[in-house]
Amino acid sequence: MSMPFYVSPEQLMKDRADFARKGIGRGRSVVAVQYADGVLFATENPSQALHKVSEIYDRIAFAAVGRYNEFENLRIAGVRLADMRGYSYDRRDVTGRGLANAYAQTLGTIFSSGGEKPYEVELFVAEIGDAAADDQLYRLTYDGQVADEHGYAVMGGAADVVSTYLKERYADAGSLADAVRLAVAALGHTDAEDRVIATEDLEVAILDRTRSQPRKFVRLRATRLEELLGDRGPATPAGGDAAPVTDDPGPDAPIAPPA
Amino acid sequence: MGDPRLPAAYLQPGTSSFADFLASQAPDLLPGRRTVPPGHAADLAPHGTTIVSATFPGGVVMAGDRRATMGNIIAQRDIQKVFPADEFSAVGIAGTAGLAVEMVRLFQTELEHYEKIEGSTLSMDGKANRLSALIRGNLGMAMQGLSVVPLFAGYDVSAEQGRIFSYDVTGGRYEETAFHSVGSGSLFARGALKKLYRDDLTAEQTVEALIEALYDAADDDSATGGPDVARRIFPVVQVMTADGGRRMADDEVAAIADRVIAGRMARPDGPPAPLNGGGAR
Repeated sequence: MSMPFYVSPEQLMKDRADFARKGIGRGRSVVAVQYADGVLFATENPSQALHKVSEIYDRIAFAAVGRYNEFENLRIAGVRLADMRGYSYDRRDVTGRGLANAYAQTLGTIFSSGGEKPYEVELFVAEIGDAAADDQLYRLTYDGQVADEHGYAVMGGAADVVSTYLKERYADAGSLADAVRLAVAALGHTDAEDRVIATEDLEVAILDRTRSQPRKFVRLRATRLEELLGDRGPATPAGGDAAPVTDDPGPDAPIAPPA
Repeated sequence: MGDPRLPAAYLQPGTSSFADFLASQAPDLLPGRRTVPPGHAADLAPHGTTIVSATFPGGVVMAGDRRATMGNIIAQRDIQKVFPADEFSAVGIAGTAGLAVEMVRLFQTELEHYEKIEGSTLSMDGKANRLSALIRGNLGMAMQGLSVVPLFAGYDVSAEQGRIFSYDVTGGRYEETAFHSVGSGSLFARGALKKLYRDDLTAEQTVEALIEALYDAADDDSATGGPDVARRIFPVVQVMTADGGRRMADDEVAAIADRVIAGRMARPDGPPAPLNGGGAR
């Protein structure tokens, strides 16, 4: 007869948190930057089909890092929740706060229930208002915590390095071009060097309140990105012998869900 | 909604159709799922009437009059019966107004939901078929007099042309060439369009032809509203091209409608069509 081991609740939660953090830490960062006309998301993602940044509703967007099948499930659930609410009430009754709350409750329950493994994901939920002061950016972690972010936020692998870079350079109410340049430069920044990430490997999307349609979410494609980024110098920094980033999608390449 | 968590069914992978999701999660919200007591219910609620649509090189236009009737009563003078379905298409509705508006809302959500979940838009035929399925779900109520008959038109991005689809109450879907109309005044409108339509018209000329057709429908059908000069209420016009769809601004429509009315002052039956033997007037 085997004796069950005693594991203290503190240790159990710590183990689960370590497990989730490890999964999230493997991925590349996602950056969210608030600018004058909305919120911008940027990440390095070589896949054109498996998105990390997506539209949820008219003024609400979603971004995630971590395990693809898990955040994809959360994204679809968010779209269903938003569309269901918008259909049964009104489009104006779908709010980012409500969605962030639903995600937080779901992630929190899964994290603290003994049965399931914790989700290895972190999420951004952003909602834009009529003016920059009404914009909201929530960051949700694997254990269901919600943080209300201001200005900029980073999650994923090298979050601390990228975040420090942004902290030094971020200015309020910048233009779209400023925001794109800052976000992309921050993604390419490491302690050792500053990479120039090829535009094809970037996934950039904005919630743009100047759009005339009710749906404010727009993906910035490669040609538009090149216009906004302008000249960024050679792909590898002078003197650096870093491998070109295009060949290696890295451990961060999203994993397609099992069929 | 007591539990703030996402319900388990929301996290299940599965359908990208909002209507199917609604059918499994909240079937009472589907327009066609209600049971109406036996009897004829047609006179209980307002009816919308005439919708016309025509293609032009590079796009398609849809227009609808503004009247809703309930028997001999004019229930509303400025009802909107033409709605954008998504960026490139529009749907116009004739029949029971309440059900039709609900169905349009469901159809709009259906297209947007698919687009968000799949990351790509449905093909033009895919959209037309989804609308067909929604109409079919309403057959029970249609047999009790609460029918909804839409007209669907849009710019097909892959075929690079405007396309029009008509429907019957059983969900039958028929692609129309050049122009079509539905609703009580549709016979008169279609007759007018036969004489006015040419395949080389510009977008604005097509709008003018459609407003002429609606004028003719209103002329002979009591349930179709003509241009309301005193209240400045004119048809709702949706123009769809490769750049997307837009509702034509009220003052633009008013300018065209005023021109049509001025023409009718001189010739009440509208512009004459030339005969093969010559002698246009």
